Amino acid sequence: MTPDDSFTSGITRPTGAQFDFNELIFEDRVHQSIYTEEAIFREEMRKVFGGVWVYLAHESQIPENDNFVASQLGLRPIIVVRDSTGRIRALYNRCTHRGSTVCRQQQGSAKSFVCPYHGWSYFNSGKISGVPWPDGYADDFSDPKYNLAQVPRVQSYRGFIFGTLNPDMPSLEDYLGGVKKPLDDWLDRHPGGKLSFCDANRLKFNGNWKLLYDNSADGYHVIFSHRSLLAMENRLNEADDEDKGMSYYKSSPDNAPFYVKVFENGHHYKDKRPAVDTSPGGLWAIEGPHPGMEHYEAIIRDKLGDKAGSVLDLASSEPVNINIFPNLHILGNHVQVSQPVSLTETDTTWWGTAVIDDKDELHGCVDAVNALRMRTQESFPNFGELDDLMNFEQIQAGLAGVEDEWVYMHRGLGIPDRIKRDTDGYLIGPPTDEVFLRETMQVYKRLMMNEPNLVIGREIEAAPD
Amino acid sequence: MQHDPSRTSYYVGDEFYQSLVDSYADWQTDDSEITDPALRDTCRMLLDKEARLLDQNRLDDWLTLYVPECLYWVPATPHGGDPRTEIAVCFDDRRRIEDRIYRLQNEYAWSQRPLSRTARLITNVSAFSTKDPDTLMVRSTFLTNEFQAGDKRSYTGWYGHKLGFQNGGWKILVKQVNLIDCDQNLRNLSIIL
Repeated sequence: MTPDDSFTSGITRPTGAQFDFNELIFEDRVHQSIYTEEAIFREEMRKVFGGVWVYLAHESQIPENDNFVASQLGLRPIIVVRDSTGRIRALYNRCTHRGSTVCRQQQGSAKSFVCPYHGWSYFNSGKISGVPWPDGYADDFSDPKYNLAQVPRVQSYRGFIFGTLNPDMPSLEDYLGGVKKPLDDWLDRHPGGKLSFCDANRLKFNGNWKLLYDNSADGYHVIFSHRSLLAMENRLNEADDEDKGMSYYKSSPDNAPFYVKVFENGHHYKDKRPAVDTSPGGLWAIEGPHPGMEHYEAIIRDKLGDKAGSVLDLASSEPVNINIFPNLHILGNHVQVSQPVSLTETDTTWWGTAVIDDKDELHGCVDAVNALRMRTQESFPNFGELDDLMNFEQIQAGLAGVEDEWVYMHRGLGIPDRIKRDTDGYLIGPPTDEVFLRETMQVYKRLMMNEPNLVIGREIEAAPD
Repeated sequence: MQHDPSRTSYYVGDEFYQSLVDSYADWQTDDSEITDPALRDTCRMLLDKEARLLDQNRLDDWLTLYVPECLYWVPATPHGGDPRTEIAVCFDDRRRIEDRIYRLQNEYAWSQRPLSRTARLITNVSAFSTKDPDTLMVRSTFLTNEFQAGDKRSYTGWYGHKLGFQNGGWKILVKQVNLIDCDQNLRNLSIIL
């Protein structure tokens, strides 16, 4: 790559069409190069991570004015901050002077950021506040070009903060479109319709970021990739126990009553609730074993009697996968965020969530629910996701056989009446169908075939987005 | 015993969590450091044996070093945190440790096929007394080297073992594993540290 291709300056330039995506992405298959070509990865960091709304952080990570948390927009280092006036901003973590990062903490509280290299300082709005020995400069630093760069459009949806550099994107709500409904449902099962983050299981794998997105609504892999988990969760079952965990994938999931639904812009949804008993206590009944389970269940049942089931369900994993392109996944009780590190390295952070119960809707049981909920959430990252990540790494290894060019995603394609449209026009397929993957790849293809107009902000008082 | 902790988890409750948080707060004081070389060597032997059994993949034998109501804990924050309100990298009670062993011995646990080979170094062993003469705390520094799927990597940090004197010998009550990079993204941590 030539220096002109760099996006880290905050000003992006087209690289020219090096790849014809009409030759790389077909309805039934994609070319291996989208996972293995460095130049394509560089383009993605501009056309996808920057060109669309990208998840940056959650408001519970910056509850007070002056709180900040480190994030990334693609590879760009970002400080997501609630500035001293309460406005949420996404600042480039890059000194305007010579380029150093100005914030080196993961999380904290600061009214200003001071560059450790030459002491240039900035308010947490991004506005420059001063430089050492200013009389050595001919200018007075009132020009906004000296303010920190920032993501010009930052919007939240119910606590989830997103940013884009693309002025041509629709509003965040329009971008989310149909996926707002399952996200609303997921939030609204909790008191007050809200949650807070409570640390994370942080994982990584040596593979391209899309391998994770490709997996996110995949009901085909479950009983194969997660075979050891399914066996583990059911090893202690008594004869009259219900099957635990994701056992509803066993035998013939395509004949089971759950489905995958495809929304606009690459978002999709696996709704497994129709496969399980969702009456109060139904989710709890299929939870695998977890530390403290019997202890807290006894306390909650003793305290709440026949109201206990719905409270215990809040400690149970909600059987949905809500995937918001390109980097946000809501599943179980997790908020899973994926972060490209390089062409063949991806971080995936499984944020745990805790219930907040301001109005005591859980009758004094919120601490017990959260103590259980921490443990239920540690299970899948430990005993399920690691096997997926190994399989992603082994896909990346397999794709080094470059003469074998194609990756197939045609399960369900061409079978009459298999894929339907719901009343809103969204495609619905059986749980193991790859329709979600085909549709996402068409969205990706459109993005990769167009050079977005990316801009950064410097003007501090610009109208809120 | 009223409940079998291999099958049910009644012991991980408020009292257990509180005692855990309390016993891992401010325990490494100069005043409480044990200077008796024999007692320290007893602790060191237990840690060495644990490392050897794990390196030899003798997981069922390894678990016999632990009391029935035990804990294997890898915090996700450098200060250890409060596991009631924070996700941990691992927080395994007896049943979940047995789950973990069951899965590692299952031939379909792809993250451990082929099985990792490991070589563990344990050093800087210091033992500390507690108010209870039958309870000791032991700090040690570890370096666990792993060979997995053609790739060599390592985990390092310090262990905080809580030991109890039971039936004439020292057993492990709690093993806390403090990775120096516990708050970073980790690649395929599927072995027992």
